[in-house]
Amino acid sequence: MLHLWLIPALPLAGFLINGLAGRRLPKALVNAVGIGSVALSFLWVLKTVLAVEAWDAAHVERYFTWIESGDFRVGFDLAVDRLSTVMLLVVTGVGLLIHIYSAGYMAHEGGYYRFFAYLNLFMFFMLLLVLAANYLLLFVGWEGVGLCSYLLIGFWFLKKSASNAANKAFIVNRIGDFGFLLAMFLMVVTFGSLDFGTVFGAVEGKPPGTLTLIALLLMLGAAGKSAQVPLYVWLPDAMEGPTPVSALIHAATMVTAGVYMVSRSWLLYTHAPGALEVVACVGLFTAVFSATIGLVQTDLKKIFAYSTVSQLGYMFLGLGVGAFSAGIFHLMTHAFFKALLFLGAGSVIHALAGEQDIRNMGGLRKHTPWTFLTLMCAGVAIAGIPPFSGFHSKDAILLAALHHAPWMYWVGVITAAMTAFYVFRALFLTFFGRYRGSAHPHESPAVMLAPLAVLAGLSLAGGYFPVTHWLDPVFHTEEGSHAAWAVWTSVAAGLSGIALAYLFYVARPGLADALASSLRGLYTLIYNKYFVDEMYDTAVVRPVVSGSRGFLWKVVDAGIIDGAVNGIGARARDIGGLLRLLQSGNIRNYAAWVVAGSILMILGIGMWGGAR
Amino acid sequence: MDRHLLSIVLFAPLAGLLVLLLIPSSNRTLIRVWANVAAFAGFLVSLPLVFRFDKSAAGFQFVESMDWIPSLGVKYAIGIDGISLLLVMLTTVVGFLAILSSWSAIDTHVKEYYAMFLLQQTGIIGVFVALDFFLFYVFWEVVLVPMYFIIGVWGGPRKLYAAIKFFLYTVAGSVLMLLGILTLYFQHYQQFGFYTFEIAELMKLNLPLGLERWVFWAFFIGFAIKVPMFPFHTWLPDAHVEAPTAGSVILASILLKMGTYGFIRFSLPLLPKASIDQTIVGVLAALSIVAIIYGAMVSLMQQDWKKLVAYSSVSHLGFCTLGIFALNPNGIAGSVIQQINHGISTGMLFLIIGIVYERRHTREIAEYGGLGHVMPRYATVFAIAMLSSAGLPLLNGFIGEFTILQGAFEANRAWAGFAVVGVVLGAAYLLWLYQRTILGQVTNAKNLHLPDLNLREMAVFLPLIAWAIWIGVYPKPYFDVLEKPVQQIVERVRPGYYQAGTANARAAAPHSPSAALEGGSR
Repeated sequence: MLHLWLIPALPLAGFLINGLAGRRLPKALVNAVGIGSVALSFLWVLKTVLAVEAWDAAHVERYFTWIESGDFRVGFDLAVDRLSTVMLLVVTGVGLLIHIYSAGYMAHEGGYYRFFAYLNLFMFFMLLLVLAANYLLLFVGWEGVGLCSYLLIGFWFLKKSASNAANKAFIVNRIGDFGFLLAMFLMVVTFGSLDFGTVFGAVEGKPPGTLTLIALLLMLGAAGKSAQVPLYVWLPDAMEGPTPVSALIHAATMVTAGVYMVSRSWLLYTHAPGALEVVACVGLFTAVFSATIGLVQTDLKKIFAYSTVSQLGYMFLGLGVGAFSAGIFHLMTHAFFKALLFLGAGSVIHALAGEQDIRNMGGLRKHTPWTFLTLMCAGVAIAGIPPFSGFHSKDAILLAALHHAPWMYWVGVITAAMTAFYVFRALFLTFFGRYRGSAHPHESPAVMLAPLAVLAGLSLAGGYFPVTHWLDPVFHTEEGSHAAWAVWTSVAAGLSGIALAYLFYVARPGLADALASSLRGLYTLIYNKYFVDEMYDTAVVRPVVSGSRGFLWKVVDAGIIDGAVNGIGARARDIGGLLRLLQSGNIRNYAAWVVAGSILMILGIGMWGGAR
Repeated sequence: MDRHLLSIVLFAPLAGLLVLLLIPSSNRTLIRVWANVAAFAGFLVSLPLVFRFDKSAAGFQFVESMDWIPSLGVKYAIGIDGISLLLVMLTTVVGFLAILSSWSAIDTHVKEYYAMFLLQQTGIIGVFVALDFFLFYVFWEVVLVPMYFIIGVWGGPRKLYAAIKFFLYTVAGSVLMLLGILTLYFQHYQQFGFYTFEIAELMKLNLPLGLERWVFWAFFIGFAIKVPMFPFHTWLPDAHVEAPTAGSVILASILLKMGTYGFIRFSLPLLPKASIDQTIVGVLAALSIVAIIYGAMVSLMQQDWKKLVAYSSVSHLGFCTLGIFALNPNGIAGSVIQQINHGISTGMLFLIIGIVYERRHTREIAEYGGLGHVMPRYATVFAIAMLSSAGLPLLNGFIGEFTILQGAFEANRAWAGFAVVGVVLGAAYLLWLYQRTILGQVTNAKNLHLPDLNLREMAVFLPLIAWAIWIGVYPKPYFDVLEKPVQQIVERVRPGYYQAGTANARAAAPHSPSAALEGGSR
């Protein structure tokens, strides 16, 4: 027994302590509980990784039967293997850094204890998701992180926009869950179990149609959680939450759950090549589509949000072309540099007392030198400049894409150029030129800078973690061809993106506006995010709302059904009203009725008798 | 003691009622204390049922049987299996909490109010334990009366309309049900030569399919109105809106379950041929799915907090009936668990409305907003109730929904596909309700100084929250007590299901392909 349960249980304990008693605890103690529980969890992950002896199969620990109905059984089972090890280290490691950062960032916010309680609860569910040994337990974590995302996006619940964004995130994710649930039902019927071991052991020989359907339904779930087309719309809005939340949940960990789930199910997908192709296409389209939106946004966090959507698309592209280990590798490096970008953005926002619009920034490298330096590290990492982390993982994906279908490689390269452009556009507008705002910028405290520094180191050097090597025994990936020209092409794309950004926003500042006004129509279209939100509103939200109110409630329920019910009541009353006329209270009247009745009876008897 | 344990549980509230009648109406405090004591005692005496229940035994336990009206063949026969055990426990727990919640809400006719609740407790428990159809019918009708008065006397402005609508609706249903019962009664005499209302005896009947169908529809009207299934649901929103809080709680948590219980206990085992009739199953499943989606959509649009929760009940009960007519172990077990879950979570939602109604005397959602700011404890409790109702894993609702949907999927994939839409919509109306009432700034000055939950109010919620978490995290005991009775019902309706089922389960073990597919589809 490695006591895997301790890994999620520690943050859960943190949640319970801070959630139940945090209001009355001093801030230092809230910090100690919130950060300490994650630190212990991180240490326990390290200990676990060192303690596992055989990595050939998953190490499974079964605790108790959770659901048992007829033949159907789901256990509360946790497991650790090579794949989950990577996830565990990323989640607890990056999570720990973000917890530490939050102590500085949230220091002056109301509901401090509540924030840490939610963060700890998130860690619990995320670790449960990663450690789950069956789909249903994974789904528990899946829904749980969704709940925490809801709670944390809406953390500033006094703001209407925040609670709207929170609702949107939860409901869009529920649409994804629609697919996930149906996939599970189909798996139970097909495999008789939801255990990873049982399901993957029995994939061989199952009808490909069924496997493809399961894989596609799972992908629908993944598209919800990992913000892929067509369900990506919640993630940019989710930036309403506090910035550490954006870093932890909406960049580094939760949104990668879909990538993890698909990789976990890789045996299903490799037996359903059609579904795998869909994964690749969805990923690629999402990557390029959201990168274009990122080009013109002006809110610092929104730029990075669209970048996250785009990078997640990259990961799915990797999985879709069969390079599962490359996808997970990119998941890890992305966790480093994107968490850094968000935390750095948070540091900037902190310095400017809440300002998020890059048009009101500029020249900050003099005021916030450390933030500037670390963000530049993240910038070169995401732009794919060798030898930094993003270069290694992105390259692995692009080479696999080239091997799979050259056109995918080329679209990927174009996206890489756009990525470099929009990230450096944001960085140049923030840190170069002269300051255009009215606040008094100041550097953030050490408690926030220290995590930035660690993440900067990881962003620069994280590419040398032997993740693909570590994962290859899991996925049995074949060695792809190593085309040197392809590597240099993608590096050149990244460099030209940076150069173009420098030209537009540092060297010749007027150029960007000139270009925007000459391409007015296109610019408006992209600036408004292709009007996708508006389309969803017109095509889905409004019909549901007005159909429910105008038709179902007012017409069907109140009009037809209740109308019929009350109609029966009213007719009964009418008939009663007629009969009441007989009860006039007048004796002579009654006597007349008696006589009439008697005559009728006599007549009747006579006729009946006569008929005999 | 064991021999009459069930009778003690059944009549404990009635005994409490008799003592209550001796207390002078002017001594309100004593009345309140006594009513709470009696209800709590009712819960305590029901606890041994749980501990002494043998989950491995098939058939009914704690059985008591004696002649009541020998000339008609009517017996006082009671007993419970796992299904009734859970519903009885739901009744004693929620019944007590509902009475506890009324402490400061009721000012007029206090004695009569509590008397009605205690009478109702006995009536409901009777419905769940009766093994004689006549006895069942008596209790079924007994339940009607107190609820009629609870709505009609202590209700809101349109209480008379609501009370009469409730009464007429259910009476209409039960008259048809009575016709069905009498048909079985006389058929039994024709086939076996003696009169009886005992369920076990009536199960020996062998009716022609045509007649079974007629009886099924007669029962259907009675039970469907009670559930209520679409399109017989329009009494429910009116009754809920007008009823006092505790009345709504009992109505939603327990009374509605009489309908679903009727389907499980009587329709399926007594009329097995009709119950698997393609048309009947198709109609019932379709009505359930319509209820799930329609209830959720109409709920989405409500301006009245109580009406919103009332329509959500229509949606949730749709899951319960869908599970029943999936006619497989997952569906039926999930349905019973979901009935308990609905009792817990919707009970909480009505109690939550009651808290602010007592403070503000309005149920208009627009009157509230930003309550989280002034009542943080209240906001937390509401959040848990909402999440439990929305089926979040590790809370109770998920277990029931998932098992039902699994059962529905095994029966017919399209059913599950449609029903899952209800899961999506369920999140929508609840989250939106929460946003409009709890989140944001306080928009109405009257809400600025509302007191948060006091200790008594917390005491009402805590057991329900604990129960919701228990079922969510460790539902195994529930599945355990349900296993035998569900097995019997499925075997009764679909003879041979389990032989085929185990064969498939064996075949579905690792490395042996595709047999489970046939096991799932009928």
